[in-house]
Amino acid sequence: MTKTGFVIANLFRKRTRTILTLLSVIMAFLLFGLLQSVNHIFNAGADFVGATRLMVQARVSFTQPLPISMVPKLEAVPGVARVAFSQWFGGVWQENTPLFVFAIDPLRYRDVYPEYVMPDAQWQAFASTRTAMIAGKMVADQYGWKIGQKIPISSNIYPQKNGTKAWAFELVGIFDGKDESWKKQTNVVFINRDYFDEANQFGIKGRTNFFILKLTDGKQAEAVSKTVDAMFENSPDETKTQTEKDFNLGFIKQIGDIGLIVRWILFAVFFTLLLVVGNTMAQSVRERIPELAVLKTLGFSDGSVLGFVLAEALALCLFGGLVGLCLATMGGAMVEKGTGGQFQLELDASVWMIGVAAIVLMSLAVGLLPALRARRLKIVDALAGR
Amino acid sequence: MSESMVQVRNVTKVYERGKQKVEVLHGLTLDIPKGDFVALMGPSGSGKTTLLNLIGGLDQPTSGEVVVGGSRIDQLGSGALANWRAHNVGFVFQFYNLMPVLSAESNVELPLLLTKLSAAQRKKNVAVALEVVGLSDRAKHKPKELSGGQEQRVAIARALVSDPQLLVCDEPTGDLDRKTADEILGLLQVLNREHGKTIVVVTHDPKAAGFAQRTLHLEKGQLLEQAA
Repeated sequence: MTKTGFVIANLFRKRTRTILTLLSVIMAFLLFGLLQSVNHIFNAGADFVGATRLMVQARVSFTQPLPISMVPKLEAVPGVARVAFSQWFGGVWQENTPLFVFAIDPLRYRDVYPEYVMPDAQWQAFASTRTAMIAGKMVADQYGWKIGQKIPISSNIYPQKNGTKAWAFELVGIFDGKDESWKKQTNVVFINRDYFDEANQFGIKGRTNFFILKLTDGKQAEAVSKTVDAMFENSPDETKTQTEKDFNLGFIKQIGDIGLIVRWILFAVFFTLLLVVGNTMAQSVRERIPELAVLKTLGFSDGSVLGFVLAEALALCLFGGLVGLCLATMGGAMVEKGTGGQFQLELDASVWMIGVAAIVLMSLAVGLLPALRARRLKIVDALAGR
Repeated sequence: MSESMVQVRNVTKVYERGKQKVEVLHGLTLDIPKGDFVALMGPSGSGKTTLLNLIGGLDQPTSGEVVVGGSRIDQLGSGALANWRAHNVGFVFQFYNLMPVLSAESNVELPLLLTKLSAAQRKKNVAVALEVVGLSDRAKHKPKELSGGQEQRVAIARALVSDPQLLVCDEPTGDLDRKTADEILGLLQVLNREHGKTIVVVTHDPKAAGFAQRTLHLEKGQLLEQAA
């Protein structure tokens, strides 16, 4: 037997209680790992490495449309191969099923997103039919849409000039993704921008939410971004140019201060965990006061007994915490794979380091009071049950 | 007179119970020679266990001297006293006080974790201690799988394993039937006679005291002859 063996044996004296406590620790650190990596994503600086496309929106907000007349200037920027543009339509299918619907210029979009695969005839039909729409395979399969079908979609944002929110589109094509990753991104619908431009009541004619720049070379992403933003600086339409990843995260950031939300959730989780594990440790020490007194009788010093109790707290938190962080790492990888790399929940070294620090702090927080109680124990009183 | 193992000189012990002070031992003086087997008897509250705790270094006197094996243990600090106990004294309690999560052999090995012995050497010493108490065949059993007498034998093996010269036993047969109690006391007698251990036993039982070489009676915190 070793001292470590003795600590582990003591930890499992009440097997069910220890397993339940361990599960609480595992769950807490699983949440910690996932939420910290979410927080990390939102707080990370811009990363242009490997970007082959850039998104240009109004500097203030993407809800403030930019003039389409910017296209020639954008296409003139060195490193830009082609420019597409897209307008959020905010569609609702049937009663209340939201859809991701964007108004686009069909042929420009096809050039910028070759990852979306559709027969050329369907692209041409989309470009030449004013009321046309195309749907991603995921959406079409989900709602059973067939090519040639009239699809009624309403928009809570953009009514038609006659005041009705109901729009009707003719489904002229169904596109798929070129690979598994892109197949997962076919949950989107595109309508013809010309029709939307003419028919919407708000008169945002000639303007769009954002531009998508296809680059000739991914290495130039950062330079192109700076050039574009500098070009429109101090103009009525100042721009913010970022990678697709940052742009997508920007949508989610509108929910609120993600960092603050994450911090509050983690605070609640760890506060509860502190009570659960702290109670387990306190109970565990209370139950074996005579045994701790016997340890001291045998010659273990006050410090050794304190060490044993702290080691139990550390073992409990360390095992649970590491399992939780490992599960979070695996869960993050699954989320990343499931979203085709769009949402990279990667537990990097910094999350692990914070996690390990949290484990140590948690061990001290839950173990210190019971350990000090064990240390202060007077042998004769404890053996006499006083 | 042979060399002293225990010298208690004019020891007083006062306990504080809330605002009350209770003097349990009143200037008690006692000598126990090496190799002695002493039974301490007396009514409840006479100070037997308090005296035993002072001799075993579990508590400190309020005044007076306690010298055990040549060391002034009343002057040792908490850490030094713990270290002294680990090397000089073995304890046997009425309710055995074994660790329920450990097997018999691990319980016996526990005091050896404080030594620098290798795992193999520790295992060897544990085997010898269990052999002495006649429990080699129950080494892997946990306390709840043993009878009261067997548990007390494990406790004696634990007290012996670091080879202390002094064994202090607080009502070691108080929880056992007569037959088992006699076996345990017989074992203590063997340890005293054949292994030269100095043994101090606190007991209420005159039959148990009969196994000792001599019996000392305490009453109201004084040895009877002192009280007289």
